[in-house]
Amino acid sequence: MKNYLDFEKPIAELQRKMDELQRHREAHGIEISLDKEIRQIKKKISEERRRIFSDLTPWQRVQLARHPKRPYTLDYIRTVFSDFAELHGDRLYGNDQAMVGGFAKIGDQKVVVLGTQKGRDTKENIRRNFGSAHPEGYRKALRLMRLADKFSLPIITLIDTAGAYPGIAAEERHIAEAIAVNLREMILMEVPIIAMVIGEGGSGGALGVGVADRVLILENAYYSVISPEGCAAILWKDRSAAPKAAEALKITARDLLELSLVDEIIPEPLGGAHNDVEVTAATVKERLLANLKELTAVGTKERLEQRYRKYRAHGRFQEGQPVAA
Amino acid sequence: MATSSFTKKTLGVEANDSGKARSADSGQPAFPKKPKITPSKAKRREIPEGLWTKCPKCSLMLYDKELDENLKVCKQCSHHFPIGARERIHSLVETCSFEEMDAEMTSVDALKFTGASSYASKLDAYRKNTSLKDAVITGIGKINSIRVALGVMDFQFLGGSMGSVVGEKLTRLIETGTAKELPVVIISCSGGARMYEGMLSLMQMAKTCAALAYHGRSRLPFISVLTHPTTAGVMASFATIGDLIIAEPAAMIGFAGPRVIKDTTQSELPPGFQTAEFLRDRGLIDAIVSRKEMKGRLTSYLEFMTEGRTARHA
Ligand SMILES: [Zn+2]
Repeated sequence: MKNYLDFEKPIAELQRKMDELQRHREAHGIEISLDKEIRQIKKKISEERRRIFSDLTPWQRVQLARHPKRPYTLDYIRTVFSDFAELHGDRLYGNDQAMVGGFAKIGDQKVVVLGTQKGRDTKENIRRNFGSAHPEGYRKALRLMRLADKFSLPIITLIDTAGAYPGIAAEERHIAEAIAVNLREMILMEVPIIAMVIGEGGSGGALGVGVADRVLILENAYYSVISPEGCAAILWKDRSAAPKAAEALKITARDLLELSLVDEIIPEPLGGAHNDVEVTAATVKERLLANLKELTAVGTKERLEQRYRKYRAHGRFQEGQPVAA
Repeated sequence: MATSSFTKKTLGVEANDSGKARSADSGQPAFPKKPKITPSKAKRREIPEGLWTKCPKCSLMLYDKELDENLKVCKQCSHHFPIGARERIHSLVETCSFEEMDAEMTSVDALKFTGASSYASKLDAYRKNTSLKDAVITGIGKINSIRVALGVMDFQFLGGSMGSVVGEKLTRLIETGTAKELPVVIISCSGGARMYEGMLSLMQMAKTCAALAYHGRSRLPFISVLTHPTTAGVMASFATIGDLIIAEPAAMIGFAGPRVIKDTTQSELPPGFQTAEFLRDRGLIDAIVSRKEMKGRLTSYLEFMTEGRTARHA
């Protein structure tokens, strides 16, 4: 059984009907008479899917970004990359399994790939802390990036986290500092860096591995300064106002591209990335390779200047007096 | 409202509820509430002579004029009251040495943010009520004889939150520091990134750290001073990458809010959690410096950090 989201109910309903007809056909062997009906329902399903997915609200996209079947970092590492050699630990404290990384190849290009990793089931989620890294996760990421920089390997980071972990141990080991150091160091890495938001781009926890020459985002991923629920709790005093907050915060791929805060949107198959992982992976691979090619064609000095200028340009403000309201 | 008596009229700084940063009954530091400012309070009334403020920590009644002269520090228990950015600058730099930068820069409602209340109307109210244009004041000034690029945040303006203006002013300050080979000192006081500017705010974290990366590469010193409270997006950017990280006593300092941590972990927070002292004992903060000693200590640190450079260049 597939996991359907609330707004996909019409599709789920049609799918259920079709499954019923198919079972009926198998049980009674009456093929010809039902073929037409099944074809019609199939057509309806794809129409319905097109209708629903052509006009998703920001909140619906957030739900897709959090879909339990959505491909995670290691799924992309398996499908887009080859020869992955995982490397563990931050050499300071531990091995945070909410952050994974290592050597890998994309096409013929050797790279270091890393990213936040959610768990697929409860057991794995406990091990991976639901994809929310502790300080050692960010420090492990930095260690791997320094390794990449030293040996001239491009860096690809995959982002899918609700945020850095808000816990006692995380504070005691200075999670804010771990993120901030990454922001400072990533701007200076001499190798090309591509960051790709594949699911949830949760605030500082996402940005902590997100400073890059190119920031790509999957069509239904989101990237936000605060979770819609968190924003709703503060501004609406009600977490259930999250859909409104998702709207106001401008967190969808399209919004972010319009604000020039991301460089490129990677299209997903109809119904979301999980609906056809193979197609998603192929698109991701093609776009990563294309961007890598462009970035490696630029000299190091120029690439670093461009990276700086890109972040330097973020922000909207007014130099003079405010316009009267 | 006792806290309104913090007002230092000569500097045109209006204090507000943010003064209640610590709850009097528990004595424990807490994240202060965002100051509530309504347009109806725009007109400031004359403050009569002889107003007193009760110290939330030791309950001593303090004569306001005296409290001001003591840099808003309780003379009995050394409790640090909130202090406005202009007052703080005044307490650190030599008279007439401060050249403010980007004084006219203001925030815009780039997202057309509409929620319970609109960002545009919030900005309007805060500008009217605080005499501030946004949550940071930047400029070049002399601390004793050392010229520094100085940025001071003010919690009164939207909880000291960092949006595009705070990020841009600090970045320009740091870049000026790099260009003019000046040390950078930033005194933080912030609830984090400004929600109303969405991802534009988050990117200010990367922007300020980028500017500091190049400032640091030129072997120029950056001292980050954390004051009550410094949290979230500001902590996860420029505030924690100082060559030195200094804090005022008892300041609340952390990444996630204590309530969020409690809710997430379902466990009791250890005593003194997320205070300056707690973080010094766990290795984040170089030293805790009281407000009254700040100028002298900064001078001393900067002397250590700049003399070698002068020698290198000689
Ligand atoms: Zn006192």
